[in-house]
Amino acid sequence: MEEVVEAASRLRLQVKRIYQGDAGLVPILIGLAALVAYFQIRNSVFLSASNLTNLFVQSCYFILLSMGEIWLLLLGEIDLSLGFVSGIGASTAVILVDTKYHWPWFIAVLLALAITTAIGALSGFLVIRLRLPSFIVTLAGLLGYQGVLIYIVDKQGTGGVVPLQNKYIYDMVNGNLTPLATWIFVIAVVAFFSVSMLRSDRRRRTSGLVTRPAWVTIAKIVMLAGAGLAVVLIFNTDRATFTVIKGMPFAIPIVMAVLAAGSLILIKTKAGRYIYAIGGNSEAARRAGVNVNRYRLMAFTLAGLTAGIAGLIYCSRLGGISDGIDAGNLVLESVAAAVIGGTSLFGGRGKMIHAVVGGLIIATIPNGMGLIGMSASTQYIATALVLLAAVTIDSVARRGSTVTV
Amino acid sequence: MEITPEPNSSATPSDGRDAPRGSGADPSPTQHLLSLRGISKNFGPVQALQDCDLDVPAGQVTALIGDNGAGKSTLIKCISGIYAPSSGQIYWNGKEVHVHTPRDSADLGIATVYQDLALCDNLDIVENMYLGREESRYALLDEIKMELATKKTLADLSVTTVQSVRQLVGSLSGGQRQAVAVARAVMRESQLVIMDEPTAALGVSQTKLVLELIRTLADRGIAVLVISHNLMDVFSVADRIAVMYLGAIVHQGPIANYDTTSAVELITTGESKSIASSRLSASL
Repeated sequence: MEEVVEAASRLRLQVKRIYQGDAGLVPILIGLAALVAYFQIRNSVFLSASNLTNLFVQSCYFILLSMGEIWLLLLGEIDLSLGFVSGIGASTAVILVDTKYHWPWFIAVLLALAITTAIGALSGFLVIRLRLPSFIVTLAGLLGYQGVLIYIVDKQGTGGVVPLQNKYIYDMVNGNLTPLATWIFVIAVVAFFSVSMLRSDRRRRTSGLVTRPAWVTIAKIVMLAGAGLAVVLIFNTDRATFTVIKGMPFAIPIVMAVLAAGSLILIKTKAGRYIYAIGGNSEAARRAGVNVNRYRLMAFTLAGLTAGIAGLIYCSRLGGISDGIDAGNLVLESVAAAVIGGTSLFGGRGKMIHAVVGGLIIATIPNGMGLIGMSASTQYIATALVLLAAVTIDSVARRGSTVTV
Repeated sequence: MEITPEPNSSATPSDGRDAPRGSGADPSPTQHLLSLRGISKNFGPVQALQDCDLDVPAGQVTALIGDNGAGKSTLIKCISGIYAPSSGQIYWNGKEVHVHTPRDSADLGIATVYQDLALCDNLDIVENMYLGREESRYALLDEIKMELATKKTLADLSVTTVQSVRQLVGSLSGGQRQAVAVARAVMRESQLVIMDEPTAALGVSQTKLVLELIRTLADRGIAVLVISHNLMDVFSVADRIAVMYLGAIVHQGPIANYDTTSAVELITTGESKSIASSRLSASL
């Protein structure tokens, strides 16, 4: 009997240690909940279906750009040019599809993504070959690509704004899945994650390794299902006044696909493992035989690709592209989103899901403050305070754990 | 064949290669796992190593001792492939080999644990153990296989103080980190493990852990070459000593031939009066 008790307490200690690292996401989620509660109290329109859908869609750009930045933040680098890179991707797509060129939309989209990916690779090449700090190289990119963007948008002769008319790109944000398709999508996602969690638990158990207790897994599945249900109800509620608009915007599955692909690479592949290793101790990785420069280049390239996808979402939401896009601020807010979500600026710590939580918070602030009538100046100050608070809470939460990084 | 070498001769032997080696090394380099003969290294005008001879037998702990700047780390780096020697030969299992890169050294079966351990603090024990050589299952990492193998390796090395192999390495104590670094070398089925100042930053109980680990490795037939400043550690765990002074190996042999006084004298002056007249058997 004593052995059972001892085994149980040792197991509990081990599990607690294993999951100490996960405590990081909980304080931020509590913070998000607090923000939501605050705005809802001040203006009950906040939690309406139309506003929430708006909020999700507004956050998509930040989430995507933040995921792009996380590839680099994990290495201890940064890419300040990603905002304008996304703008170049957006303008390429819009110009090719809707001005005198009238190319098919999927060719325009592919070319836009190819260009942003190439730009990312170029930044990486300069950082690696010239051995310049990424801050400087990408700062130069921020300034240079802004020039390029203004040039190509103004050259269309439409007064600095190119409107988007192509139905497919426009529908990325403004078109929706049918309510039935929304149900199917959410159920499929929840089912997939539940099954894979249960299967991996079973594999660990049969191999004799310490496994997450069954009740924890069940609790996670229940929470996931609850979140899925909430999401479906929000999107499937009619959110228009004069017509009927229901269903999940296409942007959401797009963001989820990028989230899934990015997380898969980081968690389950050698490349992802090496990115964490290089961010933690690049010399150790080098001595272990890892080709450090190859994975650094890969991170810059993936960041460029992700920025391209963000650009498509941006022009879809804006209904076009403008030469006045405030991409310098947008990229900084995206970095802030990643850090608020829990990614470290110094490398070695972070996950793609941090971009989602951080992006939601970054979008919630202007959304909620707009509803209670606060000016843009107050919104900026509020965002700054939230960023500081999030990082402080995160660092305090980690200080007491065995997770020291 | 018993040969009595000249224990107090200078670093550069005046005779040819067949004559007794000045530092006490076995004249025939084929007997031991690793033998260095005449290894010299210069960085421009700076002569870091002068004609070093060293024998490292399997299944024994060889301690490389010497003062700061004597050339111990440089010699180690020539063995592990970070530097290429300016002259001299390296013999592995009696055959001459050329070690130009760290990969060549690893391919021979040499694992080096550097003073800074080269561990990633943000990764856990399993991830560090397998860094650079992960196991995959259908293009995805096989975490279960790696975790089981890590647990087994640590258990085989009697490293029992680590609670979970999924702990981040950054949260381990100094001794545990050394243990992980050494276990990583062992997992690669190395025949020679080189450790640079393994106990330098450790407290008493952690030092004990690491010294026991070193002993365990040697008992398993692995050759261990340890650089150390700490004569207490050396005399508690080593089977052989090699003393370096100003870039040369001035003396080497079984530990029974030395004591603290003679060791200190050799380290600080390159000569020792207390073993001047003793007859040394060069090989074991």
